[in-house]
Amino acid sequence: MGHRPGRALPQDERMTLTAQFMAETRGSGQLAVDLDGVVKRFGAVTAVDGISLRIRPGEVVALLGPNGAGKTSTVDMLLGLSQPTAGTVEVYGRAPHEAVALGLVSAVMQTGGLLKDYTVEETVKLTAVLFGRPASAVGEALERAGIADIGKRLVGKCSGGQQQRLRFAMALLPDPELLILDEPTTGMDVGGRHDFWTAIREDARGGRTVIFATHYLEEADAYADRVVFVRRGQVVADGTAAEVKAMASGRTIRATMSEPSEAALAAIAGVDSVEIRGDTVFLHARDTDAIGRHLLNHTDARDLEITSRNLEQAFLTLTADDTTGSTHS
Amino acid sequence: MSTATTTMPPARTLPKFGGFSLGMIKLELRRMLRNRRTVIFTFIMPAVLFLLFGTNSAARTERAGGGNVTGYILVSMAVYGAMLATTSGGAMVSVERAAGWSRQLRLTPLRPLAYIAIKLVLAMTIGLVSVAVAFAVGSLAGAELPAHAWIECGLLAWACALVFAAFGLFMGYLLPSENVMQILGPVLGVLSFAGGLFVPVDQLGHTFATIAKFTPVYGVGEIARYPLTHDGNLWLAALNVIAWTTIFAAGAMWRFRRDTARV
Repeated sequence: MGHRPGRALPQDERMTLTAQFMAETRGSGQLAVDLDGVVKRFGAVTAVDGISLRIRPGEVVALLGPNGAGKTSTVDMLLGLSQPTAGTVEVYGRAPHEAVALGLVSAVMQTGGLLKDYTVEETVKLTAVLFGRPASAVGEALERAGIADIGKRLVGKCSGGQQQRLRFAMALLPDPELLILDEPTTGMDVGGRHDFWTAIREDARGGRTVIFATHYLEEADAYADRVVFVRRGQVVADGTAAEVKAMASGRTIRATMSEPSEAALAAIAGVDSVEIRGDTVFLHARDTDAIGRHLLNHTDARDLEITSRNLEQAFLTLTADDTTGSTHS
Repeated sequence: MSTATTTMPPARTLPKFGGFSLGMIKLELRRMLRNRRTVIFTFIMPAVLFLLFGTNSAARTERAGGGNVTGYILVSMAVYGAMLATTSGGAMVSVERAAGWSRQLRLTPLRPLAYIAIKLVLAMTIGLVSVAVAFAVGSLAGAELPAHAWIECGLLAWACALVFAAFGLFMGYLLPSENVMQILGPVLGVLSFAGGLFVPVDQLGHTFATIAKFTPVYGVGEIARYPLTHDGNLWLAALNVIAWTTIFAAGAMWRFRRDTARV
């Protein structure tokens, strides 16, 4: 998955960051996912409040947000399990239910969806029968999901992690163009989570588009090449994990200087705050590249280090601003 | 179909018959037979009840129509077994909905109507097995029926049990319970008493006998035993079966539509 440059945003758009990606360069230009002004209401509750999102084939996208942000509602509409109240949803240029029936898109859901009196192998076999895939596809899917050794085990006797890998095997069966994972590692231990993601990564290398909803920030950070923050049914940030982190909470430059002057440093364009500890200075800013260049060209600063805050902090910045009155509706 | 994507994975086509396939029926059947409770209640219990109540020497010697009372009770028990089997077959949807399996199936090309058709085929298949088991036990345990009645009674007991496949589906969609058969088992027991399956209706007293004729088990029992007894009003029994099938099927369709329309 290639790195896609984001666009620096004017200060006043702080909370609605829209990363402008390079034009449709991959594949034929057909979008994997095209959400246009999608609204989903359940009675008086608005779960999704006008989401527009375009995802190109091959992207690995994390859908990140607090509980009730509208992630699952969005996923359900992508899978044709529910209809948008307003707006349009297209998956590979088709209505979602059509894309699902053709096996263009498949999903690993959070919980449920398994019968405990089937064996692991039978469950996958049934999926193969429904999608009209040959029997050889069954063993292959079991192998790729790492559960070939427990094929004869009853689903009811499998651990949570094994059941999740079974869901993954079922999702692989139609060889989908787009794989959707809804909170895929909920309830897994650290080892299980790692194995699961290793399998997904291995799989995505072949160019499959992957969208996963998660509230594990480190998963979004480690596995997605694009992060979409959702809050209150709206997209509040969209870019690479690094960009979103930087855009949301800025980066920090650490440098060593012989005689740092707080006033002079604060005067550099774009610097938000200055901290001096002996001959070490910390500058917080949004566009740290320009500041770094300035420091190297015009001062005696050396040993430059630029770090971004982790996604956890970005997440809190973006989602916990209910009191600051930021409204984008 | 035409596709604009550049990567060309498998030819993407929809399955025939909306996903209704022998492969799925085979897998589902194997799963049903793995369930010990299903096997005991639908295959073994009716045969055991027959052995308990139908094989005493009085029943063996007393005549009933062209056979003996043992044969008469055997047909009634076969109806009871077919009924239990088809009901539990239809009621499978309840467990599957509770487990989220129905939702999972919506992520496949399987059409809802094909799913229902598969459930009906399964229900009728285990219904047939149930009747066959009862008749096999009966033939060894002294039941006497005219040769044609063995076949006709068996087929009619089985075919009329379709009304309970519809009943099972209706209840399966209506009751969200994981153990829907724990509710339906006793209900079927009561209906069987009321419909004259365990005790002939005319032994119940006039008022009760009249009510019995309107309950759903009555028609099936009367029709299934007719080749043996040539007794009773066949038209009334047929009307009973048709009416109840219509009611249960309409109920099942109503709940089914609500279920698949839930968005």
